Amino acid sequence: MTHAIEVRNVYREFQQRSAAGRVRSAVHAVDGVTFSLAAGNVLGIVGESGCGKSTLARLILGLLPPSSGEALVDGRSLAHMDRRERARLIQPVFQDPFASLNPRQRVRDIVGLPLASQGDLTKRQQTDRIMEMLARVGISTEMADRFPGQLSGGQRQRVAIARALVLHPRIVVCDEPTSALDVSVQAQILNLLSDLRRELGLTYLFISHNLAVVEHIATEVAVMYLGRFVEHAPTQDLFRRPMHPYTQALLASVLTPEPALGIPDVGLGDAYPDPTDIPLGCRFHPRCPKALSECRTLVPDNIRKDGRLVECLLAAST
Amino acid sequence: MKTADDTQPLWRRRRLPAFGRLATLLGASIVVTAFVVAIFAPYLTPYDPFAQDLNLRLVPPVWMESSHAAHLLGTDQIGRDYLSRLIYGTRISLLIGVLTVITSGLIGVTIGIVGGFYGGRVDALVMFLITCRLSIPLILVALTVVALVGSSLTVVILTLGLLLWERFAVVARTTTMQVRNLDYIAAAQAAGASRAHVLVREVLPNIASHLVVVATLEMALAILLEAALSFLGLGVPQPLPSWGLMIAEAKEYMFFSPWVIVTPGVALFILVLGINLLGDGLRDMLRTDLRHRGW
Repeated sequence: MTHAIEVRNVYREFQQRSAAGRVRSAVHAVDGVTFSLAAGNVLGIVGESGCGKSTLARLILGLLPPSSGEALVDGRSLAHMDRRERARLIQPVFQDPFASLNPRQRVRDIVGLPLASQGDLTKRQQTDRIMEMLARVGISTEMADRFPGQLSGGQRQRVAIARALVLHPRIVVCDEPTSALDVSVQAQILNLLSDLRRELGLTYLFISHNLAVVEHIATEVAVMYLGRFVEHAPTQDLFRRPMHPYTQALLASVLTPEPALGIPDVGLGDAYPDPTDIPLGCRFHPRCPKALSECRTLVPDNIRKDGRLVECLLAAST
Repeated sequence: MKTADDTQPLWRRRRLPAFGRLATLLGASIVVTAFVVAIFAPYLTPYDPFAQDLNLRLVPPVWMESSHAAHLLGTDQIGRDYLSRLIYGTRISLLIGVLTVITSGLIGVTIGIVGGFYGGRVDALVMFLITCRLSIPLILVALTVVALVGSSLTVVILTLGLLLWERFAVVARTTTMQVRNLDYIAAAQAAGASRAHVLVREVLPNIASHLVVVATLEMALAILLEAALSFLGLGVPQPLPSWGLMIAEAKEYMFFSPWVIVTPGVALFILVLGINLLGDGLRDMLRTDLRHRGW
């Protein structure tokens, strides 16, 4: 199987400068991410807020240049493509449909923007494609002339999906596409995304902090911690047998509907990870309930086991 | 914070307090009237504003003694009908106001959007330009230019237009900075839209309402500055009926015929007041609008 997308050793740091222009501190938002994804698959990327998920999405979309490393589609670097070519290959769906649609444009113009930017279609052809795509995501024709303010949250997200798919891209980066929506609407949007993937043969990068959603839609899952993938495995394996202590804690933190159980204690302590000051050794060791003394000095780099990636010394030794 | 206003149905929220609404309506009607008068000036004037009648010099307005019913607002020192000159003066004031705002708006909005959107060094340059402009004494530069090039309507409009852009730039810059990080900008970039499209179609419409408010304030300022320059003899050349020029010509007669200076003064005051009231109203409406969009 061919890789739809390949990400090689991508780093991105943000520098905070003092008034004099000297670098005060650097935030290592994405700190060496490598993965590849076969066409037609869905990679779920999970992790707590601030772990670099959204920065990774922006890097892959080419909205932000990486400090080093590259993202390849079809073996060609996204950074070296012109904007039209990149738009035909990869498109985003953002979290908040209230912020991702321009409030001053009509639905037909929002969905038509990728087509208009290509500049090779007549108005008539564009309108046909727009209407076809709107019908596909379940937006009726008479809504095409409305403004986003006149639509509900779920309808807005459908419009955002239509915009992302109108060029029939290979890859869609979904950055928490359901977390701003009502629970009842979330399922509809997820099913819509699943159906469209099957019909159009899409590949998704699906970023979320909702483990249930990821388990539902993803074929493989990567767990991100302080800018790195600490575990990357097929969905079933990861949920059935998490190997990294951080993954185990994440899975244990899922709330049960049993009120008597309360909020589960996952044993991570209160220390909050600080991307300006990444610990030496294993980046997770200050919070790890199973840390050994070696974890403070040895970096568990690129450890593979049973066809999965686990950045943990424990996994390497057992 | 939840206020009593939030419990109102949406169509009621946009309403301003009674007094504010009245003031806005008043401002709007003054401005609309002024435009109508300016456009239809040839049909409204009873006399040719340039025609002199030396037999009827300094005739007082109709409500005073020894007036002529034919000259509603009297005549000036060389017997020109004051009402006709006042009406044609509206044209000059509005022409200068509108064209100055268009010129300075184009300059300021372009500079401001580019600086606010790209940030970094570009923004530092923009801030430097704005600071430089703020340190230029407006009247003095205008006087120098007019003294060097000579006075004409075009020179006045260009001088004011090239000088009055800084408020447009400041407002465009800060509002662009608020908009540029929103997801629809990122979505447009990912959609392959050009830079020009992002700036003109995605950013500009979303900051336009702020710029309209600035435009009204700048227009009032331009009209006042033109009057000041004309009063100093360096604005619109004679015999064009500019209000500032009328005040200047009238100042020698103000002790014996005070209406010649009061009439154009009151006209200027009412027009600028109207524009400012309209601008304030627009600003308040915008503020309520923004609050309910969760800003």
